[in-house]
Amino acid sequence: MAYSDKVLDHYNNPRNVGSLDKSSQDVGTGIVGAPECGDVMKLQIQVEGDRIVDAKFKTFGCGSAIASSSLATEWIRGKTLDEAMAITNTEIVQELSLPPVKIHCSVLAEDAIKAAVSDFKTKNDSESGS
Amino acid sequence: MKTPIYLDYQATTPCDPRVFEAMAPYFTEIYGNAASRSHAYGWSAETAVDEARRQCAALIGAHEKEIVFTSGSTEALNLAMKGVVEMYASKGKHIVTSLAEHKAVLDTAKHLEKQGCEVTYLAPGPDGRHSIEQIEGALRDDTIMVAIMWANNEIGVLQPVREIGRLCKERGILFLCDGTQAAGKIPVDVEADGVDLLCVSAHKIYGPKGVGFLYVRRKNPRVRLVAQMDGGGHERGMRSGTLNVPGIVGLGKAAEVAREDLEKDAAHSLAMRERFEKRVFAALDHVHINGDEDERLPGCSNLSFAYVEGESLIMGIKDLAVSSGSACTSASLEPSHVLQSMGVGDELAHSSIRFGFGRFTTEDEVDFAADQVIAAVSKLRELSPLYEMVQEGVDLSTVNWTGH
Repeated sequence: MAYSDKVLDHYNNPRNVGSLDKSSQDVGTGIVGAPECGDVMKLQIQVEGDRIVDAKFKTFGCGSAIASSSLATEWIRGKTLDEAMAITNTEIVQELSLPPVKIHCSVLAEDAIKAAVSDFKTKNDSESGS
Repeated sequence: MKTPIYLDYQATTPCDPRVFEAMAPYFTEIYGNAASRSHAYGWSAETAVDEARRQCAALIGAHEKEIVFTSGSTEALNLAMKGVVEMYASKGKHIVTSLAEHKAVLDTAKHLEKQGCEVTYLAPGPDGRHSIEQIEGALRDDTIMVAIMWANNEIGVLQPVREIGRLCKERGILFLCDGTQAAGKIPVDVEADGVDLLCVSAHKIYGPKGVGFLYVRRKNPRVRLVAQMDGGGHERGMRSGTLNVPGIVGLGKAAEVAREDLEKDAAHSLAMRERFEKRVFAALDHVHINGDEDERLPGCSNLSFAYVEGESLIMGIKDLAVSSGSACTSASLEPSHVLQSMGVGDELAHSSIRFGFGRFTTEDEVDFAADQVIAAVSKLRELSPLYEMVQEGVDLSTVNWTGH
């Protein structure tokens, strides 16, 4: 299968690989997918106020899945939580020129952003409520 | 070193120069139709075909009159299964086969089921092998054929052919063995091994594509088939169609070279595989050999790299021509039916790669390949949330995944 240059670039030089301390109060973690489906994405955000100051990912999946999550971390860094939540999978598809069979990779990346933001919010809501 | 390095010898093999050389005159000089009985062009072609028939028979310990030339193993398997079912319909309608067979057998079996045939599909053990007890337990009074392959094309695992042959003989059941991966790689003797029908494809043994043969036993018992291709009555009426003379000459030469060099080729392939596996296992943890470690083809290594996804791994080893155990690359996310039949979990099936070594593989190529695999797996594991979790001591089977 031919990959777009952007997918190859993210695969060869993935941005923001790594992990943040998931127990930290200002970190939100999203893990989506399942090993038996061939894709698992872990996306983490570090938040100051309502702004994402750092983002890291680790992905088990095909090149398009790695590229989608790598791109997602690039895009959400510096954004507010609401701006990050507004990112859609179609934007990822367009940016990476993903073929139809790889659209699920972009969906997973969108889900990972939402899961990370949601985790951060849950953590901080429950803390402030207790 | 020429890249990509070819490590897909179970998919096909390069044509040996000796084979190519033997074929050449039959395209442009000796171009007669082997069925032309009235002139020298036909006679020369027929002589060449006869010689090839002897060479093919010698490779598997058969008689030359037991060789039916076909376009390859797929056609041979179709002919054997459909031809037997049609011929022996009055005797029974039950076939026993394996879930790990090639699609040429499985899809033909499904076709026959639609026509009223009953098929038992046996699941191999976790090592990819079938026990003789399992096969015996599946036999019925109306079983007419057992179809079990000699060596699996994905994992290279060998089946207990001689025991199956003996069992079938005792029970008066025909034994069809797909010998595509085995012939020319390990000793095959249809008499000693008790095989009644066996197929071989030229391009798996350093011959040309598009030609092969079906061995059809002539004595004890005499196997009869209903032809599936009607026409001029070639190949003793079992397979009509003008013979592919250059292809058959190439098949014959390939069979001859394979027989003469069998020990040398096998020792070389095994040495290459061992060198590769040793290097990989020394550098990486969580690598699994799919299929029985000992009972497998010398040149086949099917490995699963846990916590790494297969397609991304293929991307990372772009200088190697290998096959992935999951069909992701063909746009369907189905893991290999062979690995599934053995009970290999989908995660490991997705991360499996088949490395095939053969006559022309060199030590330098093996070292380069192993190093590229090690580098790619190490890099992808740094990226893998699963590997990270395992390092942290998380049992992945207890995680509540959000499947999609």
